[in-house]
Amino acid sequence: MEIGLTHYLIVSAILFALGLYGIVSRKHAVMVLMGLELILNAANINFIAFARYGGMNIDGQIAAIFVIILAAAEAAVALAILLNIYQHFKHVNVDEVKEMKE
Amino acid sequence: MDLITIAFYFFAALTLGFGAVVVLSKNIMHAAFSLLFTFFGVAGLYVLLHADFLAITQIMIYIGGILVLIIFGVMLTTRITGVDVKSGKVGIFQLTGAIVLTLSIALLLLFVYTNTHWYQPESIPMESTAELIGTTLLTRYLLAFEAASILLLVAIVGAAFIARKKH
Repeated sequence: MEIGLTHYLIVSAILFALGLYGIVSRKHAVMVLMGLELILNAANINFIAFARYGGMNIDGQIAAIFVIILAAAEAAVALAILLNIYQHFKHVNVDEVKEMKE
Repeated sequence: MDLITIAFYFFAALTLGFGAVVVLSKNIMHAAFSLLFTFFGVAGLYVLLHADFLAITQIMIYIGGILVLIIFGVMLTTRITGVDVKSGKVGIFQLTGAIVLTLSIALLLLFVYTNTHWYQPESIPMESTAELIGTTLLTRYLLAFEAASILLLVAIVGAAFIARKKH
């Protein structure tokens, strides 16, 4: 069977589920961020698969570029916030960070 | 089996195998380094999908930028020698809920993806996408392009402002 659209969609679905599992089940905030990156990558695979097979052509790839830009901005701001949480609480366990200010 | 098929299964296995290591590994440094191979696998899939510019962007931004940032985050927020480097156990209730939620969403997505008849027109062969992407970004998507540049500037200033030492 020739590699087609469905193959890429299945890969992206499994990657999305893995990222979701990482976000829901882990306590360390950096692990939650890694799960988020997996989900964004799964979305990007979908965009580019439809750009190749679904007739979106270059528009799908442009959408993927904007997703990558957003991921970069999100990672920078999220890690800055994490450093602040670590200075304040001495850990980054997302289950125990309850108050927004002292 | 031709070369494209073999390459697809290789990159898919690389992506999903190391993606599983990322979310299941107890050691957070192992997870961070497994993320590297996942990003490489995704870049390989982009090459197979005729998106050469995106594959290079993936390697440069994700591996060169975001992954380095995440490893910095791991090193700055965990005591490497202590027990804190483990990412912690979760309760049985939370774990069951996570597995049920993930499996149901995965099965739903797989069901939808395999049972839908997608509209698939004859694809136009593209030689190199870099020139086409540049032209399209600066004509049809100019406003979004400028908005993204402002967003990146704001993110840089905001991140530096939030992370600096308080006096």
